[in-house]
Amino acid sequence: MSITPASTPQTPETGTARVKRGMAEQLKGGVIMDVVTPEEAKIAEDAGAVAVMALERVPADIRKDGGVARMSDPDMIDGIINAVSIPVMAKSRIGHFVEAQVLQALGVDYIDESEVLTPADEVNHSDKWSFTTPFVCGATNLGEALRRIAEGAAMIRSKGEAGTGNVVEAVRHMRQIKGEIARLKGLDNHELYAAAKELRAPYELVAEVAELGKLPVVLFSAGGVATPADAALMRQLGAEGVFVGSGIFKSGDPAKRAAAIVKATTFYDDPKVIAEVSRNLGEAMVGINCDTLPEGERYANRGW
Amino acid sequence: MSIGVLALQGDVREHLTALAAAGAEARPVRRAEELAEVQGLVIPGGESTTMSKLAVIFGMLEPLRERVRAGMPVYGTCAGMIMVADKILDGRDDQETFGGIDMTVRRNAFGRQNESFEAAIEVEGVEGGPVEGVFIRAPWVESVGAGVDVLATYGDHAVAVRQGNVLATSFHPELTGDHRVHALFVDIVRSAG
Repeated sequence: MSITPASTPQTPETGTARVKRGMAEQLKGGVIMDVVTPEEAKIAEDAGAVAVMALERVPADIRKDGGVARMSDPDMIDGIINAVSIPVMAKSRIGHFVEAQVLQALGVDYIDESEVLTPADEVNHSDKWSFTTPFVCGATNLGEALRRIAEGAAMIRSKGEAGTGNVVEAVRHMRQIKGEIARLKGLDNHELYAAAKELRAPYELVAEVAELGKLPVVLFSAGGVATPADAALMRQLGAEGVFVGSGIFKSGDPAKRAAAIVKATTFYDDPKVIAEVSRNLGEAMVGINCDTLPEGERYANRGW
Repeated sequence: MSIGVLALQGDVREHLTALAAAGAEARPVRRAEELAEVQGLVIPGGESTTMSKLAVIFGMLEPLRERVRAGMPVYGTCAGMIMVADKILDGRDDQETFGGIDMTVRRNAFGRQNESFEAAIEVEGVEGGPVEGVFIRAPWVESVGAGVDVLATYGDHAVAVRQGNVLATSFHPELTGDHRVHALFVDIVRSAG
């Protein structure tokens, strides 16, 4: 049977807030994995990742190597885009809107304006409204999340402390954000103005969060997830999905661990499934105790 | 009457909200036992490769195929449209679908996220003007069999189709406040019951 075109009024509009935020809604309940080669991207896709984050070095290696961490080589990003059919994300430095322009031109599906890379601007983040490609940004608290949303972020993730394999900071940030949202819900209209001032966030967004009881965009967790139980913990704390950076490809058996984290993220409230998928995963990444990290090496402090 | 939303991955909450607004009792479904308790199922938007993989691993593929064959009403949006297609293009080689509509669907046919768009879409059977079509890395219908009704097109391609009790759209009504397509599906479930 042939398909006959109808007389539908059709004026397409790209890059709308609904299309950008809606894209993140499609990733919910899923795992986004850091990958540095097309081969790793395929392993991630095989394991059931909903998207991959293309970068030159995973955070654990950025920590080890030191120096300035920048946007990845376009060739490397192209290679990953061509290797998989799932969405591909890539990182720009905070405030480096030209790196973001390049990533948009390359056709990445989401840009992470990320504290894991060395910040390019110590005052301003990029104006994310001016892009067609949606942005995800990290946050340690509600005020920071709302400032990023005000700048046009279509998705928020906890910062955690990337490259440590230690979930403690991700837990701290998720509890902080959820706790502050819960507090807002209890305030009356008079109090919301003062709350906006305290949060250093636009009143309209603060009022919207108070009414919705959640952020107006999707909230994921990132930074330090290394095991299936870590991923499930973050979901039980209220994350709608998880980013896993160094935790997969710095472990003994990446394919197996990746698949296990995917399953634990879907069945995050079923300890039997989490127990089952946690068996014989081989070695987890070694990990760093966050208390021993010097202040200057804490990525979560980057961004304002 | 209870309608499930397949909750392996994707925008489950939005569908639960839309179904409730359309007057149905809605609940998430992740296991075969939960599937047995619903009279209709929505397959949400999300990543179809992930959904397919999880459906196989957690033993949902065969029970779901069986229910579809037995005539259970199903509505798939975006990735869900891929999952109810009998045949897909540009998918992974190992990608399984539940089937239900005699059609070939092309994955990510409208392009990457930069090409994602909104447009007004006239849908046959939905009264009161066009619906707001939100297309996100959306698939389109490449071809359909004789028993399939095309309910809407965009450009040269079908973007809403129905065969018997199975409905599919390339776009995401659940991301809008307009619940007319969900109401149409709720009607299908009621009539089937």
